[in-house]
Amino acid sequence: MNAAALFGGSQRGEPGLLPDPRLGSPMPWVIAIVIALTVIAAASGLGLRNAATRANADLNGGVTVQIVTAAPVARNRQADAALAVLSRFPGVTEARRVQQDQLDSLLEPWLGTRPGDTIDDLPIPALIDLRLATPATPDRVSALRNAITGVAPTARVDAQAAWLTPVFRAITTLQWLAGGLIALLAMATVAAVVLAARNALVSHRETIAIVHMLGGTDAQIARVFQRTAAMEAAAGGILGLFAGVLAIVVLSRQFSALGSGMAAGAVLRWTDWLVIATIPIGGVALAVLTARLTVLSALRRML
Amino acid sequence: MSEPDAEIVQFDNVGLRYGTGKEALTDISFTLYPGRFYFLTGASGAGKTSLLKLLYLAQRPSRGLIRMFGTDAITLPRERLPGFRRRLGVVFQDFRLVQHLSAFDNVALPLRVAGVAEREITKPVDEMLDWVGLADRRHARPATLSGGEQQRVAIARAVIARPDMLVADEPTGNVDPEMALKLLRLFESLGRLGTTVVVATHDVHLIRKVPDSLIMRLDKGRLSDPTGALRYPPRRAVPLGEPVISAAPRNADGGPPLGFAPA
Repeated sequence: MNAAALFGGSQRGEPGLLPDPRLGSPMPWVIAIVIALTVIAAASGLGLRNAATRANADLNGGVTVQIVTAAPVARNRQADAALAVLSRFPGVTEARRVQQDQLDSLLEPWLGTRPGDTIDDLPIPALIDLRLATPATPDRVSALRNAITGVAPTARVDAQAAWLTPVFRAITTLQWLAGGLIALLAMATVAAVVLAARNALVSHRETIAIVHMLGGTDAQIARVFQRTAAMEAAAGGILGLFAGVLAIVVLSRQFSALGSGMAAGAVLRWTDWLVIATIPIGGVALAVLTARLTVLSALRRML
Repeated sequence: MSEPDAEIVQFDNVGLRYGTGKEALTDISFTLYPGRFYFLTGASGAGKTSLLKLLYLAQRPSRGLIRMFGTDAITLPRERLPGFRRRLGVVFQDFRLVQHLSAFDNVALPLRVAGVAEREITKPVDEMLDWVGLADRRHARPATLSGGEQQRVAIARAVIARPDMLVADEPTGNVDPEMALKLLRLFESLGRLGTTVVVATHDVHLIRKVPDSLIMRLDKGRLSDPTGALRYPPRRAVPLGEPVISAAPRNADGGPPLGFAPA
């Protein structure tokens, strides 16, 4: 059967069973807003995931050793000794002492480096940056600490990832929030399509009754509504995708300007863009499915 | 006279009640056979339209049994209703044309619903519109047609798919006598092809035009003469169910178009 001929608006322009049952003129706009918000929420979730993944990869095998003593000579002696031990320690792929000028630049925003500043007199700890071949588990950190206790009794050994644990937790929460928002937006789409389809059914009730009397099936009638839902959702989806992507571009530029290493990690990969591009398709599928189920459910109550 | 064919419709003690009111139809029992012409008469409010609604499956009875095309129509699953309805042609009293479709598309609707290929639709629909005198109004929407023209479109739509049973509610009420006669010829031609025709009417003159028809008279929701003894004019009493075949030639040249004929 040529369904296109039956349901109108076909490529050959045959008339349909029903007049184009507009689900409601605001429908494409509602879908556009929902899709735009979904795109932004999805991009945020994906960007946060990327930032967390990158930060985790950077810090996962990272360990910082601080030699905390006020005496500069003892500090240097302990730092050199600890570096020598740690460089030979199994599983350590890289061990380097953070140079004084690097420390100064790290502290500059807080302590300053102008003439007259007393930064050189401050008991700043000596730092050793370690890279491990495997994640810095508490056991590994403890083993490293034990290895240098003899040569550097004032050493403090910390896994770098541990410092960012609260940040990772916050990122995970934000990702769940993004997922929740997407679910809510999907529900909003369903509600909007259900209301619009019900209104359209009421306006076309007489025609539907005639088509039923002539032997039209529920599926035939539902397809007319599905087609309209698909067209309106597609129009709204494209508009929403465009608006959402625009917002992402603007937001990403502003975050890049922050110069934060974490924000720089929140870059969307091409696979992420592919996921974002499928959002309008998902929206159309959801609208079509909702229209179909709503119409079929209403038609079942008619004889 | 030969044995009647298998019945196409059988009502047994059927009652119909709307809501909690009194019965609109009471104890209706009759049998309709293929290829026969039945008139349904009765005063306004006698229940003609209610009975027709039961016949074209727009209403379920409150009680009794209805068999249609050999199947129990009461317990018929909803999914099978479309298949049954495609075997029926219905002329509604208020026409019930689809307002957004042209006359051509209204007539073509039963064929499209049934999935007939578009290339097989144009010719029979054009022939049918020509027969009912609307060839030049094929693109007109119902709102621009007169009452009589709308009625002719409704009749063309009802017969285009050559139904097994045609149910018509006052089908000639808005047309001139010449067109009424022409439409009756169309119904009779369908009857000769095996279509059972049921026409509800008040028009005695119309009944006179089909002498071999059988009459069912409704009076206050009861079928007062299911045997056809009150057929008008009462030349002979014909038990309902006995075949009454016209001697007119089948589908004679110059006769009405007989709707869609599958290629």
